Parts: sequence; C-alpha cells; structure tokens
Amino acid sequence: MSDHDHIYSTKLQDKIERSTVLMFVFTAVAVAVGGIVEIVPLFYLPNTGMAGGDGTFNNTQHKDLQGNAIPMDKIVWNPTTSAHKTLADWQPGDGVRPYTALETAGRHVYIREGCFLCHSQMIRPFRDEKDRYGHYSIAEESMYDHTYQWGSKRTGPDLARLAGKYSDEWHRKHLKYPRDVVPESVMPNFFFLDKNPVDVVKTVKTMEVMTMMPFNPVPKTIYTDAYIAGAAKEIEGKTEMDAVIAYLQSLGNHVKFEEGVNYRD
Amino acid sequence: MEAKQATTVKYDMDVVRWFTIAAIIYAVVGTLIGVYVASELAFPFLNFDIPEITFGRLRPLHTNAVIFAFGGCVLMATGFYIVQRTGATKLWSNTMAWFTFIGWNLIIVLAVITLPLGLSSGKEYAELPWWVDIMIAVVWLSYGFNYIMTIGIRKTSHIYVSNWFTMGMIVMITYLHVVNSLAIPVDMYTAYSIYSGVQDAMIQWWWGHNAVGFYLTGGFLGIMYYFIPKQSGRPVFSYRLSVLHFWTLTFGYVWLGAHHLQYTALPDWTGSLGAAVSLAMIIPSWGGAMNGMMTLSGAWDKLRTDYILRFLVTAMAFYAMSTFDGPVMAIKSVNALSHYTDWTVGHVHAGALGWMSMISFGALYHLVKKLWNTEMYSDKLVNIHFWIALIGAVTYIVAMWVSGIMQGLMWRDYDEYGTLTYTFVESVSAMHPYYVMRAVGGAIFNLGTWIMLFNVVMTIRQAGAVRGVNAVAARA
Repeated sequence: MSDHDHIYSTKLQDKIERSTVLMFVFTAVAVAVGGIVEIVPLFYLPNTGMAGGDGTFNNTQHKDLQGNAIPMDKIVWNPTTSAHKTLADWQPGDGVRPYTALETAGRHVYIREGCFLCHSQMIRPFRDEKDRYGHYSIAEESMYDHTYQWGSKRTGPDLARLAGKYSDEWHRKHLKYPRDVVPESVMPNFFFLDKNPVDVVKTVKTMEVMTMMPFNPVPKTIYTDAYIAGAAKEIEGKTEMDAVIAYLQSLGNHVKFEEGVNYRD
Repeated sequence: MEAKQATTVKYDMDVVRWFTIAAIIYAVVGTLIGVYVASELAFPFLNFDIPEITFGRLRPLHTNAVIFAFGGCVLMATGFYIVQRTGATKLWSNTMAWFTFIGWNLIIVLAVITLPLGLSSGKEYAELPWWVDIMIAVVWLSYGFNYIMTIGIRKTSHIYVSNWFTMGMIVMITYLHVVNSLAIPVDMYTAYSIYSGVQDAMIQWWWGHNAVGFYLTGGFLGIMYYFIPKQSGRPVFSYRLSVLHFWTLTFGYVWLGAHHLQYTALPDWTGSLGAAVSLAMIIPSWGGAMNGMMTLSGAWDKLRTDYILRFLVTAMAFYAMSTFDGPVMAIKSVNALSHYTDWTVGHVHAGALGWMSMISFGALYHLVKKLWNTEMYSDKLVNIHFWIALIGAVTYIVAMWVSGIMQGLMWRDYDEYGTLTYTFVESVSAMHPYYVMRAVGGAIFNLGTWIMLFNVVMTIRQAGAVRGVNAVAARA
C-alpha cells in the first residue's frame, strides 16, 4: 500500500480531500449556513422595522405602560391615518417618515463625505447614552435608510437624535470651520459645502429610486407623483450646506417616545 | 506519483512575480495613506481644506488599499504559487491569471480615482461605486475559477490544506460581495443599497466581519500552512488539527458578524448568537495558531538565523492574540464599553499589522527568493524590517487599546451628583496624545515597508541575470 492510499483522518474527509468537486460543495454549504440563519429571519420576524405590506410590520407589538399595543401608525407615519397628510405638514412625533427632497440631497452629501466613518446614528440602551444623546434607537427609525447609517465608530458624537439640539446657524458655522465653534474638534472644515449647489437631478432620481426598493420602499402615498414633480422646485438654488443641515435637523425626532415603555421587544 | 514528481514541471510564475511586486508596492502605499489619515485625526489642519484629501474620503482609500490592493495581491501571488506547487501543475489558464492581474490592478486604480472624489456607497470596506463592484465580481470569479480548475488538474492525490482555506475564501467572498453590494443605481456615481436599517446593518457586518474572517484570515491561513513548513523545513505539526481548524473555522466564522451590532436595534438574539459563536471560535483559532507555531518544534533554533521565519512565527503570535482579543470584545458587557471606541481600531490593526502583514512579509520574502532563484540582497535589512515592523505595530496597537478603553470609560463616567463627568469633546481632546502615538507607530511600520521595497528591488536587480521561466526549482 502506497503512502498516498493511507487514510490519516476519516473516510469522508479523505474522500473530500481527493475530490475538487466534493471539497467545493462541502465548503460552499458550510460557509452559507451562518449567514442564512442570522439574516433571513430579519426579513420576517417582528421588531426588525420590516414593512411586511399589511401595515403590521411582521406583527411588531410595542406595548404601552398599561400593556396595550401601541398602533404601528404611531411609530411609523402613515399619511392616510395621520392628522398630517403630506411630508410638508408632517410634525415631529407623527412617526418615522422618509426624507424630504432637501434632506435627501443632504443625506447624499453626508454619505459622500464619509461622515458615517466618525459619527454613529445608533443609540444603545445605556444610562450614559440616554443622558448624552437621548432615547435609544429603534428598528423602525432607520427603516427608510437605504444604506443604513448606524456607523461603527464615535470619533465624533452620535447623531441619531441631533434634530433641534443646535440652531441652523450653529450647524452652518460648525460645519464650515468646526474649530471656530469647538476648539478641540478634529473634524475637517466643510466650508466648501456652502459654495456647492445641490444636485437637483440626482436628488429627484434618488427619490424615485427609493420608491422602487424591493425592501422597505418609500410608499407612493408619501412620495406621490406630485411631490416628486415638485421636488426640483423645492431644492432649486439651495446649497449642499443647506441640504446637510436640513438632513441633520431631521434626525431622531420622528417618534414620540413614552417614558418607561420597552420599544425593543 | 513519485515518477511524476521527479519530472520537470514548467510553472506559470511570471504572473506570480508581478503580483508579488505589486503587493510590496501596495504595502508601502496603503500604509502611507494610513499614516496620513491617522495624522489628520491628530492634527486636523492636515486636511488642508482640500475636499479630496479630507479624512472622510481618504480613510476608505486607506482601507481599500491595504485590504484589496496589498492583501489582494498577496493572496493572489501566494495563491497562484501554492496551487501550482502543491498540485505539481501549471495554472489551468495562464491567460486568465493575467486577466486577473490586469483587472485587479485596474480596480485599484479606479479606487484611487473614485474614492477621493467622494463616490462612496456608504458601506464600510465596500465603498466602491456599483459599476466597480461589478468589475470586482468578474475579476474575483476569474481568480476563483482559475484557482479551482487548477486544483482540478493537479497531479497529486490529495488537495493540500492551504488550498482548502483559499477555496473557502473564494466561495465566501463571492457570496458576501454579491449579496452586500446589491443596490439600485441613481447615476454613474451613486447607488443605494436595496436593504435598509436592520437588514442592511446585519448584511453589512456579515460582509464586514467575514471579509476579515475569510479574506484576511482564511486566505492568510492558507499562506501559513504552506510557507511556515517550507521556510522552516518541517512538516505541518498536526494534520488532524488542520482538518479541525479548517472545518470549524469555515463553518463557524460566518456567524460572527452579528457581534458588531450588540445593543443596537438589531434583535437581541442575533447579536447574542454572534457573540456565543465568537467565543467558541477561540478554540479553532488557537488550535490553528498552535499548529503553525508547533510546526517549528525541533527547529526553533532557526529563528536565530532565519529572519524570514521570524516574520512568520511572530505573525502566529499576533494571530493568537487577536483571536483572543476579538472574542473578548464580542462578550456583551465588554462590547458595551469597547464598541464605537478606538479599541476596535486597535483590534483590527493587531490583526492587520501583526498577523496579516507579518505573515505576508514573510511569505513575500520567501517568494522573492524562490521566484528569482536568489538570496536576498541583504538579510540584515530583512532583520531590520522585522524589528521596525514589530515596534511600529506594537506602538500602534497599544496606543489604540489605551485610547479606546479610556474613551469608553470617559463616556460612561458619572460624577458624585449623578451627571455625566465629561462632555464628548473632552474625550476627543484626551485622545490627542494617543492619536499622535498611533500616527508615529504607523509611520514606523511604514518605514519598514520602504526598506522591504528597497531590499526587494535590489534583490531582483542582482537576480536579473538568472531570471527565467525555470528560475523556480521544479520539484513539488
């Protein structure tokens, strides 16, 4: 018996090692399992911010202090049931909504400049984060964030609930020359945003793309044809600075959270 | 079989030579950009008010350069080398290998152009625009297909362990890249992920962690299983351990991505599952590290004279260390402190500088000697590179560990009145000395890569005379 015929492990392992096809197939299956188990359920289980189409968000149930289910349209804005029917009328606390045209343009700049590399948008349920940033984030709040922006690093502070914390004027000064306002900051100067006009065509197309998404598209009842048609006019003449500020001022004030309610499971 | 091994095999080594040279150049460039972005955080004036070189645009260029340019060329150089040598065969298609070389480098050039222009998809380590993503898929498949077909035409009975790891990497990276990059384009510059929120986060970190797990670990374990035995002249310590190492890692590593999303809006079970499997992964990781290190048993004295072996063995020590660091950080209570801080950056670089780069340098030196059939121009410079790389890496990692833990503690600190002790910006200014230290550590490490480049250039020049297709001793 030659050395090459000797089996040093098990028969199966030996068989696999001798066959390119078997090695390929066994490996391809082994590496697939973990991802399937962890990812696929997030598309149909509750509490994942996934709109199943029937308005129940895969039977997500947030319960108030009395134990009664909070209607999902209190969490996610629904123009048909809400008192405020259009994006322009929407008020903070009406529920999670997609971005307006100007905010959409600002969000593009936010991604382009790599803001997410230093700023997270995901508050964890800890005492210090509540004191520093506000109520912990919930799944529904980023359901319209195609290309999520949770981030992974806080070189700068979390921005998930930035809306209304500072004035537009403060943001403008700070974004242009951060160290004029916060001397210890290490953020780059984004003064050039003030000179760049927003990309109108790109923004309108982005909104159209958001309605075409296979998962959590923006409903046509919100991005109505009329709204998209009027979007160009709305953002004409605005700068990228205006857009980024509008985006930052829209972060985290959508849901009216009640003290003591568990919104995560 | 024995008869076949005795006959001369002509290998396709030219493409391997070019991947080797490219890898060394990208090691210099990738770490240099890293030093620059690190310096920007220490001294923000270095952003120079030029949008193209601000931190937010250059940082993706750094990560892409070190992972895909440097790491990618190392993997392709060593992969095409190992698969030929262990199978005693030429490549299935030399032409396709050249296509891979040109395509991969074209992608790198496109990254250098598009990332500073701000063409970011917004996904970490997958920032490149959608049409470059398509090119990556094509070029990657050309590499994978050629590789697997070459295994198919091998003249040996068994597939060598290095090739299992590389095959695992090829399959997994294909899954990851395709699923994570699915997006709807707006125009040539911008595309948005078809997933959002929770689903996008999970898919991103499934990609993010497994790019580390399979590309930067699996592929490099393939390097370990070939180059450590070759360089030390000893057989792999335990064949059975390598079987165990491979299958547990291949099956288990995939589950870890969720530990990046502890305490986020991701359902709790997913993060906890990721953390549990992360802890379990200490066993195969350490088994593998031991397997690499114990390969030297009976040959430890070689470390005194063989500087290339020093790189390879030190890499195993860092591999063991960062595969302990990682699972610890996945424990939920530790993650509560470490997440969002520089600790993560330190952990990544313990892996990238200590493990991945060290094993790459060792393998590249080994390759240069074999491919050009010569000794190094200067063994002394190899030794100097080793110590410089080690000092640079340790300086970097220590700086980030300290700053990371300090950040985490400052953020959660309360004073006697029950209010937060520190404002956020106080934590930023407290990081300054460590950010300087990090930049210095990175610069030291980068200096080492220049020495390597010089040494290799001089080696190839002196070997020019004997260079030929059969420069590699043709015995598998």
